[in-house]
Formats: sequence, structure tokens, C-alpha cells
Amino acid sequence: MNTRQQSKLNYSWYGKPVSLDRKLRTSQYKGILITSETTKTETCIQLGDFILVEGVNADQPYVAQLVGLYEDGAQHKRAVVQWFCRFEEIPQNKRKLLKRKILPQEVFFDQILAYDTDIAAETIIKSIMVLPLHLGEELPVITLNKEQTFYVKQSWDGKCFKVLSPETFSKLKEANKKRGVITNSSKAFIPSDPITPVKKETESVVQSATKPKNMDMEIESKHSTSKSSLAKERHSQRVANNDIKTPTARKKLELNSPTRSKGRLLGCEVLVFLDDDSDAIAPLEPSATKRKVKFTSDILGSPPKIPCSNEKSRSAPETAEHCQRFSDTMRLSSYTKVKDFSEKDKNLHVTDDILSLAGHQKPSTESPVLTPRSRRTCAQKTSALIAEQISMLDQEDLSDSDSSYSSSSEEEEEDDMPCTPEKKTKSSRTFSTPKSSRKPAVATPAKTLKKTPLPGTPRTPRNATPEIPRRVQAAQEPASVLEEARLRLHVSTIPESLPCREEEFQDIYNFVESKLIDGTGGCMYISGVPGTGKTATVHEVIRGLQQAAENDEVPPFEFVEINGMKLTDPHQAYVQILEFLTGQKVTATHAAVLLAKLFSTPGPKRKTTVLVVDELDLLWTRKQNVMYNLFDWPTQKHSKLIILAIANTMDLPERIMMNRVASRLGLTRMSFQPYTYKQLQQIISSRLKGVKAFEEDAVQLVSRKVAALSGDARRCLDICRRATEICESARQKRTPEMVRMAHVTEAIDEMFSSPYVNAIRNASLHEQIFLKAILAEFRRAGVEEATVQQVYQHHVALCRVEGLQSPTVSEIMAICSRLGACRLLLVEASNKYLHMRVRLNLSQDDVMYALREE
Amino acid sequence: MSKRKAKESNGESPECISQVQKILRERFCHNCAAGKLFGMEQQYRHLLELLKRTTVHGESNSALIIGPRGSGKTALLNHVLKDLREMKQVRENLLEVHLNGKSSSTDLRLLQTNDKVALKEITRQLQLENVVGDKVFGSFAENLAFLLEALRRGSRTSSCPVLFVLDEFDLFVHHKNQTLLYNLFDISQSAQTPVTVIGLTCRQDILELLEKRVKSRFSHRQIYLMNSFDFKQYIKIFKEQLSLPTEFPDESFAQKWNNNVQHLSEDKTVQDVLQRLFQHTKDLRSLHLLLMLALSAVTVQHPLLSAADLQEASRQHTTDSKANIVHGLSVLEICLIIAMKHLNDVYDGEPFNFQMVYNEFQKFIQRKAHSMYNFEKPVVMKAFEHLLQLELVQPLERPSARAQREYLLMKLLLDSSQIMEALQVYPNCPTDVKQWAASSLSWL
Repeated sequence: MNTRQQSKLNYSWYGKPVSLDRKLRTSQYKGILITSETTKTETCIQLGDFILVEGVNADQPYVAQLVGLYEDGAQHKRAVVQWFCRFEEIPQNKRKLLKRKILPQEVFFDQILAYDTDIAAETIIKSIMVLPLHLGEELPVITLNKEQTFYVKQSWDGKCFKVLSPETFSKLKEANKKRGVITNSSKAFIPSDPITPVKKETESVVQSATKPKNMDMEIESKHSTSKSSLAKERHSQRVANNDIKTPTARKKLELNSPTRSKGRLLGCEVLVFLDDDSDAIAPLEPSATKRKVKFTSDILGSPPKIPCSNEKSRSAPETAEHCQRFSDTMRLSSYTKVKDFSEKDKNLHVTDDILSLAGHQKPSTESPVLTPRSRRTCAQKTSALIAEQISMLDQEDLSDSDSSYSSSSEEEEEDDMPCTPEKKTKSSRTFSTPKSSRKPAVATPAKTLKKTPLPGTPRTPRNATPEIPRRVQAAQEPASVLEEARLRLHVSTIPESLPCREEEFQDIYNFVESKLIDGTGGCMYISGVPGTGKTATVHEVIRGLQQAAENDEVPPFEFVEINGMKLTDPHQAYVQILEFLTGQKVTATHAAVLLAKLFSTPGPKRKTTVLVVDELDLLWTRKQNVMYNLFDWPTQKHSKLIILAIANTMDLPERIMMNRVASRLGLTRMSFQPYTYKQLQQIISSRLKGVKAFEEDAVQLVSRKVAALSGDARRCLDICRRATEICESARQKRTPEMVRMAHVTEAIDEMFSSPYVNAIRNASLHEQIFLKAILAEFRRAGVEEATVQQVYQHHVALCRVEGLQSPTVSEIMAICSRLGACRLLLVEASNKYLHMRVRLNLSQDDVMYALREE
Repeated sequence: MSKRKAKESNGESPECISQVQKILRERFCHNCAAGKLFGMEQQYRHLLELLKRTTVHGESNSALIIGPRGSGKTALLNHVLKDLREMKQVRENLLEVHLNGKSSSTDLRLLQTNDKVALKEITRQLQLENVVGDKVFGSFAENLAFLLEALRRGSRTSSCPVLFVLDEFDLFVHHKNQTLLYNLFDISQSAQTPVTVIGLTCRQDILELLEKRVKSRFSHRQIYLMNSFDFKQYIKIFKEQLSLPTEFPDESFAQKWNNNVQHLSEDKTVQDVLQRLFQHTKDLRSLHLLLMLALSAVTVQHPLLSAADLQEASRQHTTDSKANIVHGLSVLEICLIIAMKHLNDVYDGEPFNFQMVYNEFQKFIQRKAHSMYNFEKPVVMKAFEHLLQLELVQPLERPSARAQREYLLMKLLLDSSQIMEALQVYPNCPTDVKQWAASSLSWL
């Protein structure tokens, strides 16, 4: 995606508007040219082509078929597409509906109506191949070009998978056929092969251009054409590669219009040119091809030279006409035939494959021989296969000379192997010279991503599955009433419904639902003290909406949750959101850029995203850019982002946010009030429905106590749980008992009693005297702070009164540090020794109360 | 047997004595779970039940064990864990993660610890899949996300419960945002992998330190250990700590030793020693320290502890450290200290500098020149600096290059009572000096 942005692409219409709609002020086109400024290459995509469209995830662009192209009133280039949907795009829970193994690169004909089929033309990346297959059909064995070819067997309408209707099937096939003949799209500007010295080519071009058109030349070109058509049968890809890479070649291409498919069509086209007596261009073609043929003979130079020349001599007299006619017919029948072959004759097909492989690899094989530049790994690797290929070539020659049938199969293979052209692209990418910088845009990020988990590097294993070991023995189920009650009272238990939050639930539900239906974005701020059910309610809403989405009551949506407390740094929020949405793992800054792009551009197939931001206040940074971005996205036109922000304080926007952030957050706010005792009571009793474990009064006592303190439902449940434990341990052997007031009171005391008084009462005698001495010193000085030395004087005096041996200073220091460790006292650093200042950490009254009781 | 009896008259066999010392020292030094627990049966039951429920039912919990230092928090936990591991249904069903706020890392960043280190340690101890060898790689954010994901995947009934023990819990509170605590408590309150978080701390105000959201997620289960025993129980503890176990190889000696301990516990002087210690602190560690000192007096010639040993140990145990230093000072240094004491009296504890001390000293010398040699000022300065090094005197601020040493403001780190006591026992102290110490006006 990045490289794509960097290498600016210009989109322009191909040809004149086909039709004009005056009312809508739109004009239809039949093709679009994509020109890259940096590499000066261009491609043409026409109606009916299969294309990749920029998606949420840069690794997985959407697959679609181009159905229409038009320019709207505002001069925006638009495209209408028929979507295909990848298996990964199908919701997890629906995937199992497909009761078979998914093929790699399989897509589904998308019949979901919810998706917007009208996209911006600028999101088109490039063209690809999509092959329709019958349901039971095996994946054609194709070793080339896997990434650029997709297969479609079934359609997907959001509910179930269906077999492609014959109509669609034939339509798709038709599209492929058409494409095979006319379009050449991305192939057109395949980066130059390193093998060919550009200079030489241009030279030849010049030469041929300057040459007077004469019969001789025509013959020669004819001859070379026939040769090339022959060669094409084996080396069409390389031929194609070679002939287009020079600027001149490109120019010629422009002149020739993109209707020309390269390589294999070359022969016939040249003939056409010759017939037309077209100048300058025509000679160019043969010369290029001629050179290529030379290559071939070069490669075959050593052992397989004889068959090669044989072949040449044989096919040359047969003339190009034969070839052309032949290939033409082949092209017309193309698909069905291939299919037949693949079904009928597996073996043949396999050979074809090998052949195509060999043909493809030849350029690279020759490269080590021809140029010193080609020290590329790929070439070296392939050079190891030379011998093998040579033997294959022999085979090929045999089949060639055998019959027209076999050659036709070869022809078909070249014609229809959907992967061939794309593979070519790929291969040239591998050889990429500095000149051939125009790479397919998507490939780069994908590549860099793939590069990261290098085997052997000491990084976190990416594929490590985070999992806690399973337990050896099964967990026991609750046996008694009290245990059952305890299980139900645990905070983690998710109740069927959230009592006492019906209103809030409805409000949030309505808010999100309305935004979902509108397909717009928005923010809602939810506040409330801890334990008032904010997060639980929001989750409940999401569950409800997901249920509704499954029943098709609301449009489907993505749910993403981040929690400020679970982030190590506010900026990590971007990373997590992006990972949720697209599965990419990138750095925070990069993630921010990607997300901004995602939410600001109209994503055609994107669902609405519901983002829950828990503990919002922790996303605060000095510049507040995280918050700003979060709340800015929903206001963008195409964002389709709904944010539910949760925090504790009601006035958070006013208190910590800058005005521009607060203003974007908007005024849709909701505040969760602390639970009243009645509500708490209802919560407990709803959880305990059907389990008779608590006395009514006990529940009420707990609720009242908690409501008076904080209204925190968690606390309430914890006290109840503790009460059941106390009840259980108190009961021992008697008959099962209910939790009574006494148990609850004990639990409450345990949880809320101040520990200080108890701690003082259990302190040693001298510690108590020390506290008394502190009180005395405070009273004397009138300041609530004293040095140890001052307290020591009082301590000694008190000891005399009590008739105790007075402690040494070391002992006093020990006492002081012990009390300091318990935080009964607040003490300074101990290196000040006697001059260390002490302060009480609780009120003097508490100390007095605790000491008087003794 | 007869041979041994003959030996007993003049002493026990050296092996026997070393055995005794080994057993008892081990008992005093380690908080071994083998040792008995005193006065915490209720807490023991509470904690045991809690952990049993975690392992058996997969119930998530959180609890804090709070008590002053030396009150047996770790001993209690170790005891419970040891007993738990002996139960069959529990043994394989519990993963333990031990973290210490002081050093939650193997590298020596003792005081500087943060959630990052703690997280890596958790991941390492859980042996999750991103552990390579013994190291955890990846950034802090990755680790956190990984761990949370791992814990989130689990469920109550299927995952192995995890016990998190956070020693020095109060130090985790100071981590940024309390991220670790929030997440641990949040897991314990949601339907994920069952976890139990046990925190050990000596701070009574720990709950006030928790952030409100963290606090809300904490179950407020607090187990207090208070040393709530009285002196009678203290004597009993003393006896039990000093007694030899019944499985001691030399039974007759064990018998004798135990009888002696019984006898000691009834001895008046011993009771006085213990009483004094008990009044100062109920911390069992200081009792251990006292007994350790006493135990070192046990030799082959002196096989049984005596009351005198304990008294001597108590004396060593309670001596004032600073007063001890004063004993070893020269007369000149003593004089300087006395001068400072007088300055403190006159100026009511205000800081002084060397020049003031020197003037005070000069006054004394002029009056009682016959008893003291009149030292040069640099010599006095040297003595003063020695006191500074001994930290009997402390500068108020850091000495800077510009300020002259004579005029640096100082404070005396001794109480006048300490000085007087030290002078009482100071050998060969000139009478004049003693008089001067008693009163600065003695020349009148």
C-alpha cells in the first residue's frame, strides 16, 4: 500500500466515453489506463476484467470483476464491480457451512447485497485471473503464478454456499476468454528483463525503422514471424517480456492499443501489420522477435540444437498463416478445450505444465550465459535445472513434430493457462533490475511482512499460540447449595440479563443500532464509578446486536475492544485496533497512518466497526493525539466507525481533554449511577434465582451496606461470596444452613474494618508506648510532626512512669522502622537517624481509641 | 552405652553438638514450611480453602495477606502450598507463578522493577510458547498482549488454574498505571482462565494505594496476621523453637536438651530476658536472632544452654550501636562530642559548625589546661573528620567545593543520654572531662 502511494499512479480513461447519461451527468467508459509516474508504465483494464481492489488488509486485496466504469458529475472516476469474496472474509462461524476443504486461492462469487459495488476507480490495483470451476473439479495442476490466479466454484450470499448457476459460470468463462484475446493489462509493462541489453534492442529498432520497406524485408519479417510463432510456442512468455520492455516497445504498444495481447499473438499481429503495410512499427516487431528466436537457438545451442533447428526447418515452410489460423481457432475454443484436456488426459496436461515451466525458466537459464549482470540467485538456482529442462525441451520438440494435436495442446496451454502471464510478471519481478522499479503495488508490503519472521532469528515466535495448559483433572461441579450459590455469585459469571440497567441498555442499543442502519459513524461517552456495570452493559449490547446481525435485522459489523489499562502505551491502541481489523502487526506510527487511511477512504466492502474504548482516561497523552484521532475518525464521511468510550469520571471531556478533542467526542453522553440498595438486592436475588442459600434480610443488609459505601456491585457480590464461605466453615457437621445475618456481618466486618486499630492493639508494649510518646510530643509541640529524638525523650519518661527499663536508641530506631513498615507511621529515610521526622498515618483519635481499650 | 555415659560427665560428642547446632540454625534461619505455625490456624484454614477451591472448582480469587514484618506471611503461604501439593487432586492442577516486588527479575535490577520485567517473568514461569530457551523475547506490548490472550483463551472448566504470588505486593502498586495488577485482578473477575492472586505485604494501608478501578476489581479478601499472642504463648513458642525433634539420633541427649529447655523456660532470669524482648517486639525473627546468639555459646565443653548464655545474648542483642562506637573513640574525639553536646544544649538542637565546636573545646582547654594537651587546630580538625566518617556527626547539606570545611553546618547524631552512658563505661576517662560532660558550667 505504501509503495503504491509512493509511486504515484495516474488513472485515466481509455478511449472515448461509450455513452453519456445526461440526467445523471455520468459518462460510461470501457476501459481505464493506469499510468505510473515513476516507472512510466501503464496498464489498461477493461470491462469484464478481474481485478484486485485495495482492501482493509494490504495483504489481501479484494477480488472483483469490473462491471462498469463511469465518471460522475464531480469528475470522480468510479467503477462498478462484482465482488468475489475470499474465504477469510467469511465470518468465522459461517465457515463450517462449507463442508469441504477449501482450495488455496479459492474465492466465492459474492451475492451479498449489502456490499457497495460502486467504488472509486483509484482503488483498483491490477488485473488478475479468476477461473470458474465445477464443484467436483480438481484444482488444475498449475505450478506457475499461483498468487495471481483465483478459482471460483461456489457463490456466497451471506448465508450459505451455492453452486454457481450455469449462467454465471458461462459469464465468467466468457470474461476470461475475452480477456485472453484482448486485454493485456499488467503484462504490458513488465519490467525489462535483465538479459536483454536495452541498447541493442533500440538499435535494432532504429535499424528496422530506417530500413526501407521492401519485399525483402517483408519476407524476412515473415520468416522471422513464422519463426517467432514457432518459438512462441515454447517461449512466448520470454518473448513477451523481451519485446515490450524498451521505451520504444512501449511506444509501439501505445500505438497498437491495448487490444493487442502480446507474445503468443505476436505472430498474427505482425502479419496484420504487414498486411496493412504499416511502417516503422511493423519492422520493429519482427526484429524483436528475431532476436528472441536467436536466444532460443542460443540456449538450445549445445545438445538440443539439432531438434531445434529441425523444428525450425520444418515449421518455417509451413508459414505463418498456418500458425495464425491455428492459434486463432484455438483461442476461440480455448477454455472448454482445456477443460476437456485436463479431464481427459491428465498426462498430457502434466507435460504441458512442465513445458510451460521449462519455457518460462528458459530466459533465466540463458541469463548466466549471456550477461555478466545476471548473477541473480534465481538465475543461479535455475541454472542448476538446465539439464532437466533440456531433456524436457527434447520432449517438447517431439510432441511438436508429432502432430498438430499436440502442438495445439501446447498452444492452448500457453493461451489458457491462466497463470502464465501473471507468472511472467512475477518472474520478471524476481529478476528486477533497478530499471524495473514498477512492481505490482501490493507485493511490496506483503513481501516485507513475510520477511520478518526469519527462521532462526531470536524473535518471539509469531506462530506461537498463547495458551495456558489444560487441567489434568476435570473441575468439580458445585455439590452443595452453598457452592452453587458461590459459583453464581462470582463476578465472572455472565448473567442472562443485566437487571437494573435496562434503560441504559436500551439507550446504547438504540444509538448503535441507528448508526449501524444508517451506515454512519458516531461517538458515545459512558461514565460511571467502578462496578456500576458499564462494560458489562456495553458487552450485552454488542451481544444483542451480534445476535440481531445474524438474524439480518441490522447490518453486520465488526466489534473491536481496547482497554486503556491493557495497553502498555496509549499509542499501542492503534496497533491493537489495526490487528483486530486486518490482522496486521505493525508499529504504532505506521498503524496510525493505516487506520487513518482506512477510515478516511470509502472502503467498498468494509463493514461498520463498533469500537469500545474502555478506561478512556488512560489514553491521555500530552498532545492528546490518540484521543483526537479516535474521535476524529467517526466524523469522517466514510469512516463507518462507532465509538463507545467508557471512563469513570463524568466530566472527563471537560477536565482533561483539549477543546478540539472534547468537541469531537460530541455530546452523546451517558452516566451510570451507582446502584441503589434496591437494585443491588435485585441483582443478588436475580443471580440466586432458584437457589435457596440466603436469607432475605441478609441480602438486604449487604445491599444497604454496599450502597451506602460505594454502590459497587462487585463488592456486593464479593461480600456475599465470602459470607457463603463463612457459613460453610461455621456449619461443619450440622445440617445444611442458609447464610444468615451473622455470617454477612462477619464478612462485612472482615472486608471493611479498619486494620489500623487491630494492628495497634496487637503491637508490642514498647511500640504502643512509642505511639503514646508521639501523641504526647504532638500535644506538646502542637505540630503533627516530630523527630525521633523528641519522641525518644517522651518515651523514656513514659517508661519511667510505667516502671520499665528504658530502651536504647537502637531499639527505638527498630521500633520506629517497624511501625513505619506497617505504615502506622510515616517516616523519613532512616539515614537521618535521630533527626528523622515521624508523622502518624492515622488520626490521633484512632490511636487514642486503640490504646485506651487496653 | 556405658562409654557414652562416661563421656557425658565431661561433655557430649562433637558430632552430637554440631547436629544440634545444624538443626536449630536451620530452623532459625529459614522460614521453612516444616516449622510450626503459631496462632494462625484460622488464617491457615481460610487460605487453604481458598486455594483448594481454585484448584478443584476452578474458581478465581484474589486475596491479600497483610501483617507486620516477621509475622509469618510467607511461612503461612509456604505451609499451605506444601499441604496443597500433597493432595493428589491438586498437585497436577496448579500452575504457580512467584513474583517478588523487590526483584521480579533474574537480572540484578533489584530496586528498579517494572511491569515489563514482571511480565517476562510470568511468561517464563508459565512456560508459554513464546519462551525460547529461558528467555522471553518481544516488546513489552507484545508480551502483554500475548499473555492476556493466553489467559483469555482459557475457561473455568478446562484450563489449568494459575496461582500468582506477589511478594512485596506494595511495590507492584507503584508500577505505572498499575497495569499488571489491573490485568491480574481483571482476569480473576472475568470468565477466563481461573487465576488466584495472592499478595503479601506488611503495609496496613495497602488498599488505599490501589487505584479505584484496581480496587474495585480486588475481592477485598484480606488475611491479617497480627502476632496476636500473649507472653505465655511466647514462652511456649520459645520452648518449641528450642526443643530438639523426637527423631534426633541421640535420644538421650535430646531428652536432656529438652529437659534443659523446659527448665530454662521456668527460670526467672530467662523469663526476664524474654519478657524484655517480648515487650519490644513480637516479631519471631528477633527471638530467632536471640536464640541464635545463645546457641553459638554451646560447645562440647558446654553442651547445654544456660540462663547466662541467654542473658549474654540479650545484652549483645540490645546494645546501642552508636554508643558502642563512642567506646572506641580517643579522648580528643570524646571531648569534641561533649563540646557538641553542650552546643546542642545551648542552642536547643540548632546545627553547628566546626569552628563553634573548636571554640567550645578551646574554652575547656583554657580552663583545664593541666589535664589536656592543647592540640593544634588541624589535629582537632582531623579528629572531627573522623567523627564525620563514623557518622556520629552529619552535615546538613552536601559539602561543596566552595564552602570552607570549618563552616559547614553539622548535626550530632547522638542523644545526650547515649553520650553519658558511653562515658560511664569509657575506660580511663579523665575526671575533668567527665565533669565537663556533666555540666558545661563546672568551672564555676
